[in-house]
Amino acid sequence: MNEIELLPHSRVRDVFGLAESAARELGIRDVEVIVAAESSALTRFANNAIHQNVAQQVLSVSIRTVRDNRTARATTNRLDAGSIRRAVAQAAAIMNSVKPLPYLPRMAGPSPFEEVDRFCTATAAASPADRARAIAEAIGIAEQASQTAAGIFSTEQGAHAILNSAGVFAYHAATMARFSVTAMTGDSSGWAKVSAVDRREIDTAGFAARAVEKARLSRNVQKLPPGRYTVVLEPAAVLDLVGQMFGDFSATALLDQRSFLTGRMGQRLFGENISIRDDAYHPLQAGPGFDGEGSPRQRLLLVDAGTPKEVARSRMAAQRDGAPPTGHGFPLPNETGEAPVNIVITGGDVPVDRMVASLDRGILVTRLWYIREVDPYEKIMTGMTRDGTFLVEGGRIRCGVRNFRFNQSLIEMLQNVEALSPSARVSGEETFDMVVPAMQVTDFQFTEVTHF
Amino acid sequence: MKQTALEALDAAMRNGVSYVDVRLIEDRNRRLSTKNGAAGDVSSSESVGIGIRVIASGCWGFAATDDLTKNGIRRAAALAVEIAQASALARRHELVLAPEEAYRADWISPCAIDPFSMPIEDQLHLLMAVDGTLRRTPGVTLAETSMDFTRRRQVFASSAGSVIDQTRTTTGAGFTVYSFKENEIQKRSYPNSFGGHYQLKGYELVDELKLIENAPRIAEEAVALHSADQCPEGVFDLILDSSQLALQIHESIGHPIELDRVLGSEANYAGMSFLTLDQLRTLRYGSGIVNVVCDARPEHGPGLGTFAFDDEGVPAQRVDVIRNGLFTGYMTSRETAAAAGDAKSNGTMRADGWMHIPLIRMTNVSLLPGEQSIEQVFGDVEHAIYMETNRSWSIDDKRYNFQFGCEIAWEIRNGRRVRMLKNPSYSGISTEFWNSCAAIAGREHWTLWGVPNCGKGQPEQVMGTGHGASPARFSAVKIGGAYQE
Repeated sequence: MNEIELLPHSRVRDVFGLAESAARELGIRDVEVIVAAESSALTRFANNAIHQNVAQQVLSVSIRTVRDNRTARATTNRLDAGSIRRAVAQAAAIMNSVKPLPYLPRMAGPSPFEEVDRFCTATAAASPADRARAIAEAIGIAEQASQTAAGIFSTEQGAHAILNSAGVFAYHAATMARFSVTAMTGDSSGWAKVSAVDRREIDTAGFAARAVEKARLSRNVQKLPPGRYTVVLEPAAVLDLVGQMFGDFSATALLDQRSFLTGRMGQRLFGENISIRDDAYHPLQAGPGFDGEGSPRQRLLLVDAGTPKEVARSRMAAQRDGAPPTGHGFPLPNETGEAPVNIVITGGDVPVDRMVASLDRGILVTRLWYIREVDPYEKIMTGMTRDGTFLVEGGRIRCGVRNFRFNQSLIEMLQNVEALSPSARVSGEETFDMVVPAMQVTDFQFTEVTHF
Repeated sequence: MKQTALEALDAAMRNGVSYVDVRLIEDRNRRLSTKNGAAGDVSSSESVGIGIRVIASGCWGFAATDDLTKNGIRRAAALAVEIAQASALARRHELVLAPEEAYRADWISPCAIDPFSMPIEDQLHLLMAVDGTLRRTPGVTLAETSMDFTRRRQVFASSAGSVIDQTRTTTGAGFTVYSFKENEIQKRSYPNSFGGHYQLKGYELVDELKLIENAPRIAEEAVALHSADQCPEGVFDLILDSSQLALQIHESIGHPIELDRVLGSEANYAGMSFLTLDQLRTLRYGSGIVNVVCDARPEHGPGLGTFAFDDEGVPAQRVDVIRNGLFTGYMTSRETAAAAGDAKSNGTMRADGWMHIPLIRMTNVSLLPGEQSIEQVFGDVEHAIYMETNRSWSIDDKRYNFQFGCEIAWEIRNGRRVRMLKNPSYSGISTEFWNSCAAIAGREHWTLWGVPNCGKGQPEQVMGTGHGASPARFSAVKIGGAYQE
């Protein structure tokens, strides 16, 4: 456990000690404490200048008490003994007011979990000037092309620890850097985004050049009619769209009958070329090797060659279902139970440029926007294309096109995947980062066209 | 708190710093929820911290910390200045703020029944009673209820001499019921989706909502939707209930009038706006009966966007956004007001906590009541589709093309409901839609709704906004496109 200065083990243990003794004074033996600390900074630019530039340092202590199958939580960002005691008292007051939960598990005991090293000193030490210099370079690339750039460069370090009265001590420290850029000309735009544990792996100039090239290629946009098209969805578009379905891979969602997998587990639902895992230990993934109760994350085979096979299961869902937990529970108490959060979609061997080259006629989509669920069981999603939507004809990009609205069932879409690119770590705006490929999809349904 | 805020102000004022403001905030929250007869998320939280915003080298810098020791504040102040100086590495022009008076004020929002002083048992008892009532209806497969209470005390101090102490208490409550049957999930929410209704009130709001009284009807509707006809696809007259219309206002008027969007500040994330500066006082935004204001003043009502001063110390104001259909005003800040030709900010800068900077955010963007009776709204056309309660919402990044889905609809003939319709949706272009507005019901049907979950900014901030509306009718709207084959 790579302890960091922002949240030393000794401080975590001190806080836990204060909470445990405050709970004992109230006759409560079972206590869980989550301590989190984060130091983050984000530099934002628009109109080829930095216009917002912020940093924040945040600490929190979240205390859960348990007695007689009742539980509740209280959170504070003050670490003095009085504040901890007050938080324990608040949790206890709420706990005493609720009915017992029939399947509330006992506090998790200590279990070994795989260590993951996701902390980079260079990212943690990034200065405002480091971010500003990279942004100035990106702006310069846009200006050279007579374009306007907007975006962000952020760096953050953080750590969180989960301790409980049954002996769990789980600690994870991490860093993350994100760079995102939108390049704009008169009637077109392009976009690129990347995230990495080590900021030195981010080629900010390269991503800026990619956004600028997309904006250049999509100038003089044409209006196409809505309808069903073969599309090449770049990885960010796949991420933000397919990413909307993973909350349904949850034992609690199945019990509640609010998952589109209700009645469909074990049946072939998608194409045979669709396999999806949840793997917290994948080298391109982020996050800890334990869940919101400190239980070790297991690897899951969510979809095997088109067939939904496994779902995430919290300890509470496990107790109810008589099945083993998978280490994907959210901190208790909660309504949603659990979800897989380290998604890896198996890729193929067709890079995006070969997909485009193989296409007689279709649409290349850079990114999707404002994606919302229209139908929860057919998993119909709506949303817009954005920042780089192109007509492909005869294997070449012909022109940029006005942005489309789509209404598309994810089930149908994942039956119609003709080709997959190799998978990569991808960052979007509508869901968390995942490891996903680009996809070539037939009969993708665009229902309307907007004015730009 | 005031003393600490003033000390932070002093710590940040140094050579090369031309302006400082600080916001010292104490937050308190209680959330109670149930699911199918069991406690859900039952929790409380409190948070204290300070955000320090400076202008140095002609640029903004901001740092926030929860370390309120003298050293902690000094470090945050120094970091804010260092950040501003780094911003100057990519600067186009020096920041100029519109002038503003110095204010010394204390303001506490009205709260008749303090939700934090009430026994938690009483609050949970009501939720469990609602939960039980919902599940008595055969066919209900999932019932969820919730209450949410927040109290924020904020001391704002600026180098211009303002010291403003405000305390706001908000309450939200509601329930959602689901029915799963034969490959279909239907749901109904009351009194609104997104967790119910939210206002700047105490527990008295919960009493006003009559949750138990409405639970049987809403549960029955959720189950009945399975047997309802699919909402037809075509072009029809559309009547919206006031809660759906509130979200329509939010997405297709509220966001487009944010001047920072118009000027490109949000281009990489939330997007821009079709309301370019040349549209001001020239664009026919809506039909002649459409009047929209952005009003943060308490006299507008207890909205989530009601306050005495915004988060850069500008007094709450009312701005005419659309007057008799003509686009007349943006929401502005001290930095952006001049771009709209205004001498001063109209006071819409808001941050969602001490750790974030204020941005231009909706306050209460409301459609003023019309002159039609509710009977005229429903009855003055032979045929229309009436939709209630939002289920899905999406709009493009310049706010032209939108699509909304609702939980339930009815076909209306000559003012009467003739059949229930499931899976309703409608879509259009913002200005075309508002220009098709044919009737707006009067003040007696007007509700100041709360939208608790508006996202904007990087890092993203989540803000509560208010939107007053009464039911209204729109002509020749595209309906049913979400389920197009």
